[in-house]
Amino acid sequence: MFLETIRLAVQAIFRNALRSFLTVLGIVIGVGAVIAMVTVGQGSTAQVTADVEKLGTNMLMVLPGQDAMERGPAGTSMHLFTIRMNDLMEEQLSVIDVSAPMSMGRARAVFGNENRRTDIVGTDNRYFTAAQWDIARGRIFDVTELQAGKPVCVIGETVRKDLFGTSDPIGEELRIQSLSCEIIGLLKSKGASTFGSDQDDFVIIPIRTFHRRIAGNTDVAMFIVSVRDGADTERAKTDVEAVMRDIRRIGRGEEDDFTVMDMKQLATMLSGITGVLTGLLSAVAAVSLLVGGIGIMNIMLVSVTERTREIGIRLAVGAQARQVLLQFLVEAIILSLFGGLIGIVVGLGVGLLGANMLSVPFSPDPQIVLLAFAFSAAVGVVFGYFPARRAARMNPIDALRRE
Amino acid sequence: MADRADRPRALIQLRDISRVYGVGEAEVRALDQVNLDIDKGEFVAIMGPSGSGKSTALNVIGCLDVPTAGHYMFNGVEVAHLTPDQRALLRRNYLGFIFQGYNLLARTSALQNVELPLIYKGMGRTERHAAATNALAKVGLAHRAHHDPSELSGGQQQRVAIARALAGNPEVILADEPTGNLDTKLSAEIMEVLQALNHDEGLTIVMVTHETQMAKFARRLIWMVDGRIERDGLTATVA
Repeated sequence: MFLETIRLAVQAIFRNALRSFLTVLGIVIGVGAVIAMVTVGQGSTAQVTADVEKLGTNMLMVLPGQDAMERGPAGTSMHLFTIRMNDLMEEQLSVIDVSAPMSMGRARAVFGNENRRTDIVGTDNRYFTAAQWDIARGRIFDVTELQAGKPVCVIGETVRKDLFGTSDPIGEELRIQSLSCEIIGLLKSKGASTFGSDQDDFVIIPIRTFHRRIAGNTDVAMFIVSVRDGADTERAKTDVEAVMRDIRRIGRGEEDDFTVMDMKQLATMLSGITGVLTGLLSAVAAVSLLVGGIGIMNIMLVSVTERTREIGIRLAVGAQARQVLLQFLVEAIILSLFGGLIGIVVGLGVGLLGANMLSVPFSPDPQIVLLAFAFSAAVGVVFGYFPARRAARMNPIDALRRE
Repeated sequence: MADRADRPRALIQLRDISRVYGVGEAEVRALDQVNLDIDKGEFVAIMGPSGSGKSTALNVIGCLDVPTAGHYMFNGVEVAHLTPDQRALLRRNYLGFIFQGYNLLARTSALQNVELPLIYKGMGRTERHAAATNALAKVGLAHRAHHDPSELSGGQQQRVAIARALAGNPEVILADEPTGNLDTKLSAEIMEVLQALNHDEGLTIVMVTHETQMAKFARRLIWMVDGRIERDGLTATVA
C-alpha cells in the first residue's frame, strides 16, 4: 500500500511535469544556494589556513597593545616598540633564529611620469629571512646602508611592473615623498594572498631611513620573529612573552602591554572571519528555502482544489481519509525531496565553479548536503500537511459534485 | 423489530430517512421520511422530476451522503452510526458506483482506473491486474485497457466505469443517470450490460434515471416527488 502510494505520487507529479518543476524551483534554489555558499565558504577557510601555514608555522608576530582585534592604528598612545627591544629579545633567546623590527606606512612612489600608492616598509636584512622573501635580481642592504640609513630600496614585483614596465629598475632612482632612493634589489613574486591583497605591492627601505625620512620618529610597529627550525613554536611563544615582559619592565601581576601571535592564531582569526561570512550568506540562502516551502504549500493547495473530483472518486471507491492524506503528503514530500536532490546537484556544481573562480579548494561538506536533504524532506512534511489534511477531510459527495 | 420474523431482512432498509439541506428560510427537504426496502438481487430504477430527491436517495444508499434523520440499515448494520472511515470501508467492500459523468481519472489508463478500488482493497499488483483485466473483459473493453479516457468514446468510458464498479466485487451497484450523456443506441448497450450483471451475477442494482426507456430495463420502479416515494412497484405496472 505504501509503495503504491509512492508510485501514485510520482505519477501525479509527472502528470504535471512543468508545474511540478516550477513548484520545486524554490527548493532547488534554496538548497542549491545554501550548499554553494557553504562549499565555497569552507573552501575559502581551508585556503586561508593553508596560506597562513605557508607563511611558516615557525613565524611569530610581536605587536604592541593587548588585544589584537582591538588595537587601534599604530602610533596611538600605546607604549611602542624600539629597535633596541627587538635586538635585546633576539639576543636573549636561543630558540629564535632572527627577529626583524618593522615599521610601515603608505606613500606614493614616483618614477618619471609613473606613480603608485604603495606600502613602505622600514626594516633590516633580518626581515627577508623572517618573512621568507627571496631576491630575484640585485641585492639586499649592506651594513653601511642599514647603519647610516642610506636612501636605498628593494621593491616588490608589482611596483616594478607598474612603474618600470619592461625596463630594468636596478640602479634607478625612486622617489618616495621627499626621499629619493636608489633601487638595489627586486623581490621574487609571491602573488596574491587569499583575500586578494597583493603581497608584492610594497617597497622596503632600511628602518633608519624610514624613521628619519618618512615617519619622523623612531617607533617600531612590530617584530617579525622566525623560530629556529625544529624548535617548538608554542614554547618559543611563551619564551618571547617572558623576555618581552622583562624588557618592557612589566611587574608581577600586571598585564602584558604587547601581544605575541603565532600563525595558528592568525589562521584561527582569519577563518573566524570567513566563517561568519559563510554563516551570514547561508542564513540568507536559508530564507529562500522557507520561501520555497511556502511555494510547495501554495501549489499543493491549488492541486487539492483542482483535484477535488479525483479526491471524490477515490473516496467513492473506498479510500479512507488517511489514505488520501497520505497520498497528498507523500506527493508533497517527494516533490520537495526531488527539489532537494536537484538543489544539491546544482549547489555542488555552483560550489565547484565558485571555488575554481576564487581559486580556493572545492570542499563539499557531506554533513551540510545531508542536512539540506533532510530539511527539504521536512519542508515537504510541514508544508504538505495542511493541504493534505484539507483533501482528506472532504465530504465525498461534495467532492464529487465540484466541477 | 417486527419484520425480522415476517420475512428475510432486506439488504437495504431505509426507515423514516430525511435529508435536509440548509437552515431556516433556505431549508430544503431533499428526502422527507422515506421508507424503502431493497432486497438482494433486485434491479431498481428510481425516477422522478428534478429536485424530487432521487439522487439524494441514491447517495444516502451509497453512503456518500449522511441522512439528517432516520435509520439506514445496510446488511443489518446501522450506517448512521458509522464514522467516515467505516463508511469508506463499506463502500470499498460492498458498493460500486456509476456516475452520469463517468468520473474516470484523467490521464490514467482504463486499466489503472479499474484497478483504483482494488488498490484500496490492498490487493497485490498481479492479482489486481488480473481482476481489472477480467472486469474490462466483462464489459467488452479488454482491447482498450491501455487507452486514456480521452481516447475513448462516451459509451466506452461508461463501460470502463462499470468495470471499475465491478472490479471490487460489490454487492450493490449504484448508478446515477448512467446513460445521461449517451445517445439512445449506446444507452441501450449500457443498460444491457447492467441487466446482464443483474441477471447473470445476481448483482443488486439501484439506478436513478429520468428516462422511461431506461427504467424499463429494471424490474422495480420507484417514483419520487418532493422527497417522498409516490409509487413503488413492478416496472410494467408503475411506468
